[in-house]
Amino acid sequence: MRIAGKGLLQGAKPVTFSFNGRHMMGLEGDTLASALLANGVHLVGRSFKYHRPRGILTAGSEEPNALVTVGSGAQQDPNIRATQQEIFEGLEARSQNCWPSVEYDVQAVNDLAAPFFGAGFYYKTFMWPSAFWEKIYEPTIRKAAGLGALSGQPDPDISEKAYASCDLLVIGSGPAGLMAALVAGRAGADVILAEEDASMGGRLLSEVEQVDGLPGVDWVAQVLAELGDMDNVRLMPRTAITGAYDQGTYGALERVAHHHSRRAGLPRECFWRIVAKRAVLAAGAIERPIAFANNDRPGIMTASAVRSYLNRWGVAPGQRVTLFANNDQAHHTARDLVQAGMHVAMVVDSRHDAPDSDLFPVMKGAQVCNTGGRKRIDSITVRSVAGEERIQTDCLAMSGGWNPTLHLTCHLNGRPQWNRDIASFVPTPGTVPGLACAGACNGEFSTAGALREGAEVAGQALQELGLEGVDATLPQAGDDAYNMTAIWAVPGKGRAWLDFQNDVTVKDVKQAATENFRSVEHMKRYTTQGMATDQGKNSNVAALAVLADATGRGIPETGTTTFRPPFVPVSMAAMGAGAAGMGFKPQRFLTSHLASKELGAEQIEVGLWYRASYFPEGDESNWRQSCDREIGLVRDHVGVCDVSTLGKIDIQGPDAAKLLDFVYTNTFSSLKVGKVRYGLMLREDGFVMDDGTTARMGDHHYVMTTTTAAAGQVMAHLEFVRQALRPEWDVQITSVTEQWAQFAVAGPKSRELLNGILSEKIDNDSWPFMGCGTVDVMGVQGRLFRISFSGEMAYELAVPARYGDALFRELVSRAKALDGGAYGMEALNVLRIEKGFLTHAELNGTVTAFDLGLQGMVSKKKDCIGKPMSARPGLMAEDRQRLVGLKPVGAVKQLTSGAHLFNPDDPVERIYDQGYVTSVGFSPALGHMIGLAFLKSGPDRIGDTVRLVDHLRGIDALCEVVDPVFFDPEGTRARG
Amino acid sequence: MRIICPICGDRDRREFYVKGAALARPEASATLEDWHDHVNLRDNPAGEIKELWYHEMGCSAWIEVCRSTVSHEIVSTRLASTADLGGKR
Repeated sequence: MRIAGKGLLQGAKPVTFSFNGRHMMGLEGDTLASALLANGVHLVGRSFKYHRPRGILTAGSEEPNALVTVGSGAQQDPNIRATQQEIFEGLEARSQNCWPSVEYDVQAVNDLAAPFFGAGFYYKTFMWPSAFWEKIYEPTIRKAAGLGALSGQPDPDISEKAYASCDLLVIGSGPAGLMAALVAGRAGADVILAEEDASMGGRLLSEVEQVDGLPGVDWVAQVLAELGDMDNVRLMPRTAITGAYDQGTYGALERVAHHHSRRAGLPRECFWRIVAKRAVLAAGAIERPIAFANNDRPGIMTASAVRSYLNRWGVAPGQRVTLFANNDQAHHTARDLVQAGMHVAMVVDSRHDAPDSDLFPVMKGAQVCNTGGRKRIDSITVRSVAGEERIQTDCLAMSGGWNPTLHLTCHLNGRPQWNRDIASFVPTPGTVPGLACAGACNGEFSTAGALREGAEVAGQALQELGLEGVDATLPQAGDDAYNMTAIWAVPGKGRAWLDFQNDVTVKDVKQAATENFRSVEHMKRYTTQGMATDQGKNSNVAALAVLADATGRGIPETGTTTFRPPFVPVSMAAMGAGAAGMGFKPQRFLTSHLASKELGAEQIEVGLWYRASYFPEGDESNWRQSCDREIGLVRDHVGVCDVSTLGKIDIQGPDAAKLLDFVYTNTFSSLKVGKVRYGLMLREDGFVMDDGTTARMGDHHYVMTTTTAAAGQVMAHLEFVRQALRPEWDVQITSVTEQWAQFAVAGPKSRELLNGILSEKIDNDSWPFMGCGTVDVMGVQGRLFRISFSGEMAYELAVPARYGDALFRELVSRAKALDGGAYGMEALNVLRIEKGFLTHAELNGTVTAFDLGLQGMVSKKKDCIGKPMSARPGLMAEDRQRLVGLKPVGAVKQLTSGAHLFNPDDPVERIYDQGYVTSVGFSPALGHMIGLAFLKSGPDRIGDTVRLVDHLRGIDALCEVVDPVFFDPEGTRARG
Repeated sequence: MRIICPICGDRDRREFYVKGAALARPEASATLEDWHDHVNLRDNPAGEIKELWYHEMGCSAWIEVCRSTVSHEIVSTRLASTADLGGKR
């Protein structure tokens, strides 16, 4: 019920929304919770395990009960806290975990069976038969228990991530936070003020009190206006700081668009990473409930939540309110209600020395020991020295004191300290470097104290930042005493809830202790206390107190569970913003990409690159036909292939040769200018890292190529060697992979093709095999390398990337005129397997130069990276798995890569494994499949028969072990 | 986590690639035992440790970072080129 003339929403625009299909009116500025209460709705959801009717407990992000699903279809958001969701025109929300409706929930029978469902029930009951757990028990339990569900459809919404930095991050905008931001802002510091609520002001929005001679909300407005005018202050409402990380990094979740209907292009949420030189935690405190029988009925709320709904939203949560409290501040709830013209039936205070009031009746030394009602509370039972008494009520406000919101101070493994005076944990100073606490989160519960601490910690931060503070006089504010005497659980029969969200009761915690789960970490896991989405914000301390009592220890001795990020649930969509769809794996396109597509090429992913796999022509209906034809083009005429994905590293300086001699096993200082050499690179542990060719373009200038797969790794490695190991050498390196487009022109007619576009004609003498140099390509300066990855006479022609598209088109069209054409990765792969050339299928990180038959390339005359370790015993053992070729000789003619090799007479079992196949292809020249493999003692077994087994693809073939060079072993074609 | 690159300044750790312990390379003639130690064996102190980080998304500098495994504090950083990791040669 809305109270006329009360609250901060007066004159606000009416808003229509729906809840469980029922249309209702609220006001702009309402949360779903306040709007529901204004409409007299208390029953909002059903509990996790027992399907108990539940209402609204709090007015903040700690809400354990009022979780709803907002929206529908692919856009539905489950587990939204009604206490945080602002209403907007057309908002649709509905209850969760109930069927057929929240009013009549079939599974409420669970509540009757509650005696069977205590702590450890699942562990004890569903032990046998063990196979039943996965198939029957777990799915059934999951269906019965739980929260809201995802739609199961792809998320159509967008999220965003963002980065910010500041001098001072102020977390929370209550009196302490506002004061800290004001002091720092006036001093000129870069300030970010983050507040998880939609409105800034913290408890000042919900309390009737004066600050600086003004009503609290007016003082807030005045401060916000001043902060808003400062260019150095950024106000971030609806932004929860979710975690504290190393070196002043904080995670933050901004709810960008949950408070209005969807707009195109606007992200729903933004996940921030904020780097702050200093931070002030002013996150306030969370009021704790008291555990007594049936304390979970709709209509039972924390005392501060009742004040919030009354003073901020102008909503009366009941007609006949009662209060159960153990501290003076909670009495403000009764005072504010009475002053707003509401009826307070009774204030029940567990303290014998509770203050009296002229406005409402107070029962001292009394406790609420039970409640009545089902879908809403209708009575409480009060126990005092006079006996038990039943009081009619439709709303019970309760306050067991306050727990400082110190979660962030524990994120870097800090442990809070027990403060006996306020019976609460308080932050241990210094647990998060650069972060200081102020106000209620520091255990200082008065407004005056919060303002003072806020100013103090900001002043301290300014000093540490070397900024001059401006003298700020502290505003006058209330300094009411807290006067709390702890009460955790009221003794008696019946279930008394601690963790509302996970349905954990006092009895469960006691049972855990009885069964010797006495450590707080064990109790937590056995009962699931504090393990729901609210992470026990309302209940952990009370549960700890009950455990301490049950085990006869004090609370500090019992310990505390720690808090980990995130402070509030963060959707995967927000945390992974930007990484959905193609953002997960960015695409790299070649300069020939468009031209390849125009030629109808199928694409294949190579790392992040997209390369042409094959170019179908005419009536070719499968890749093999195209591949075979393209191989023929290269072997008989001329083929063109984009090879730009290979890493290209430009190496310059007087000591360039020394660097190459050190990173390659073979020698490059002896390479003549204008020549290319194949090189092998090891890791320091002696295994092969990469191979490739390096061309000497000048005395002090080399161009290295790496495999596509290892381009980044090799670049980092060269930088490491140059900077860390040999800083005295005068040599510079830079990656030019994307600066040069490079095309293989391969085949008997390759020279003929090139002579059509080079300004100076080449022949076998001017450009012999493994020659290189600069050329003029139709007016563009390019580089020409006489290297071959196909075994044919071949060149690689490189031009600046901006000419790549034009050159590729020109080369392909000229190749076609010579009966050739473009070839793709499939053909390239077969061509190189026929020649026994290596790729990262072979250089898989476990092979040595010896395994590849390349031991001769490890120079004996010089040191190089990996050389000492490559000589380890075992790395050159004859029976290592070493490179060989395979060809089928049995009935089965198919070979597959990944298959394992066995001796024909051995059982196909792991211990008899002889090796594995790395690459296969169909060789048109030989008319059968060929493969490369690593086989035990391989080169010593040429001519033997081995059995190839691939269980995955169902292949079982007999193969002959052959030399890995299948085609033109003398290499005459490449030199021609 | 933040790392101070001696060239670029204070940067998010996502810009860096970590290689592992910063160790001086043994000379080529060192015993296999020494090489085994260099390549495979690592101290695992509760306290300060020197590591090599590569500013891959920045200036390409290799950096020797002194970091506390207990407090996660970055105690100091310097260019690897000044850390004398090349060993005897």
